[in-house]
Amino acid sequence: MLAYIIRRLLYALPILVGVNLITFALFFMVNSPDHMAQAQLGIKHITPEAIAQWKAERGYDKPLFVNDREDSEGLLTDTIFFEKSVKLFVFDFGKTDEGRSIATEIKQRMIPSLSVALPVFIIGLTVNICFSLIVVMFRASMFELAAMVLCVAMFSISGMFYIIGGQFIFGKTWNLVPVSGYLHGVDALRFLILPVFIGVIGGIGGGTRLYRMIFLEEANRDYIRTARAKGVSEYGILFKHLLPNGLIPILTGVVVIIPTLFMGSLLTESFFGIPGLGSFTIDGIQAQDFSIVRSMVFLGSVLYIIGLLLTDISYTWVDPRVRLS
Amino acid sequence: MGADFKFALLWSDVLIYFLVLSVVGFFVLLRSKPQTRKSWLQVFESRIGIASFMVMCLYIFIALLDSIHFREALPPVEGSTEVHYSNNVESVLDLILVDLKDNHEKTYSAPFALYSFAKENMTDEQGRLYRDFPRLRYGGAHLDSIEERGEDILLRSLHAVGLGVLFAFVAIVLVQLARKRWLPDLALPWGTVYLVLLLICVVVVWVLELGAYYHIMGTDKVGTDVLYQSIKSIRTGVLIGTLATVLALPFAIGLGISAGYFKGWVDDVVQYIYTTLSSIPDILLIAAAVLVIDVYIETRAEQFELLIQRADFKFLALCLIFGLTSWTGLCRLLRAETLKVSQLDYVEAARAFGVSHSGIILRHILPNVMHLVIISLVLNFSTFVLAESILSYIGVGVDASMNSWGNMINTARQELSRDPTVWWSILSAFILMFVLVLAANLFSDKVRDAFDPRTVAGGRS
Repeated sequence: MLAYIIRRLLYALPILVGVNLITFALFFMVNSPDHMAQAQLGIKHITPEAIAQWKAERGYDKPLFVNDREDSEGLLTDTIFFEKSVKLFVFDFGKTDEGRSIATEIKQRMIPSLSVALPVFIIGLTVNICFSLIVVMFRASMFELAAMVLCVAMFSISGMFYIIGGQFIFGKTWNLVPVSGYLHGVDALRFLILPVFIGVIGGIGGGTRLYRMIFLEEANRDYIRTARAKGVSEYGILFKHLLPNGLIPILTGVVVIIPTLFMGSLLTESFFGIPGLGSFTIDGIQAQDFSIVRSMVFLGSVLYIIGLLLTDISYTWVDPRVRLS
Repeated sequence: MGADFKFALLWSDVLIYFLVLSVVGFFVLLRSKPQTRKSWLQVFESRIGIASFMVMCLYIFIALLDSIHFREALPPVEGSTEVHYSNNVESVLDLILVDLKDNHEKTYSAPFALYSFAKENMTDEQGRLYRDFPRLRYGGAHLDSIEERGEDILLRSLHAVGLGVLFAFVAIVLVQLARKRWLPDLALPWGTVYLVLLLICVVVVWVLELGAYYHIMGTDKVGTDVLYQSIKSIRTGVLIGTLATVLALPFAIGLGISAGYFKGWVDDVVQYIYTTLSSIPDILLIAAAVLVIDVYIETRAEQFELLIQRADFKFLALCLIFGLTSWTGLCRLLRAETLKVSQLDYVEAARAFGVSHSGIILRHILPNVMHLVIISLVLNFSTFVLAESILSYIGVGVDASMNSWGNMINTARQELSRDPTVWWSILSAFILMFVLVLAANLFSDKVRDAFDPRTVAGGRS
């Protein structure tokens, strides 16, 4: 097992190198740091000195790959590529354009992100599985048709409308919860109810549709027919046979997103003013702060790769026939 | 409008017309393939399938009308024979919606309002200054007082519905005649077709009729008709859905099939590429690419003659980025399916007969994995329409000068916190977007049912 994990982690390395090269090419080769400085400083303030100063402050004044001016030591290390890209591998994210340390920001913002994303994930998963089971229980009836029409409709509404509508109804009209904001500690609860509730509601349409398909596929299998032939009651079939077997593909399918929960949700966090990693990313995008975006891209990829690894491990865990080799 | 104009060709216009023509051509070609024909018939024979298809066609038709751009000639300057053209690029749709487009108010006004939303300083007959809600310049300007409004709307609506029914009747008769003559045994659910046709006619006539006298969905901050904005946004939504989906296809098909067919190092390379790309969070990759495009455009602004060309360049770049980030899913599916198909006897036989690689791929493999392509084509469409609005909200979507539902939502968001609330902007964007995405989702469900071998074989949907 351990050997397998280590080997998988080694496989992940070239992928991370690839991610790094893509972002490096995007940020430094398509646009030179001069362009970035021009765009950041605005048209009014463009003087060669201002650009040079902007680049020097942020360490963008070095050569891209090879530094001819340095002796052997700094030849490859005193370059933008080494400073900005290679250092990401040891999780040295550097500083934002405003000079704050990105690593501390990430540490501080992880908790608020998680406190929204984790409840949404767990409650949402439970609710969706329950709903899809109910729909499967009443399959081939008018109820199923109505439920599925409702699901398609809910699925077709952009997530933003749920948030805007929820804020408007629960926050503004009924004054039940604060519209947006965040406090640390236990007080956060008041601010978290609405985002979590809306996150769950917004996911119902897509989730129920997907899980219903999975359950239906299981319902057509031989063991279900056998169980029915044996005289197992419909409820027995549903809960003893269908549920545990349907859970396997569902759970192994969602494992991959568990690590990325740390990243938070871009939309929810920015609408509700939650100081998590999602709103950090949006701030970075809106301020055109490339160092933040680059760090978040790298972090996101690392978490996704961990998710893939966890998926493979979970397969062996639920299904002994799969061997890691 | 002036008598003189010249066409202003945008790249996205050219592309969308090319695409629509190729889709039509594709359908014409399909008539000879019994298997695919059967699947498509299954889609169109279901009531939901045909109804959602017709709604999508309406949207696409509006988008196509909005994709013929031209610039009007300016009145000639004295002593000059040279003709100058306006910097304002208009489309054929603007000609149809001319009432909605030109009836500019000063600021916000509610749907069907007669009075402005904000108080203003005015002077009465005696020259005294007072503050009140001023009458709108266009919205309900033909009425004397607010009491007449209800009756007027009702009468005009009845008139519009009558006219719409008349148009629909003519259309239905024409379709009926065409059907008798050319397609005697096409068993579509004609009742549904006619019903949807009727609905479309009535709604379109109603909007055009009442739009001339009222602001059906109110006006926004600078007094533009909100309904006009949302209708203009259709082009952005439809184009981003179709262009981005289609731009992803060559990558997915080319790489996916060659990985599954050639195996070995080709497979390794392709797998590496798509794992790398898909491990970057989609929205971040798109945002990063858009930021880069922004800087590219900003520093090379002189290359674009008109504002709209600049917006169009950014729009196309966005479509390309969408396409580049979304091909990995389909590629993975195609690779797995090709691996399966290329083991089958008929491929072995073709190989034994010495058919070339390209021959095998084109004749034996591609047709047998095509169902995956078709399913993902229709599935992706609605995803992109939704993604556009989210990206525009984050600030990395289409250009701010371009009409789009995302931009509308973005501005409307602040308006909701005003008191009293300005809710019509967001409602208008919501309705038009919801109808399109719902139609696309329903249609893609039907397409999946018809083409996915699993649901076809399982007998249940």
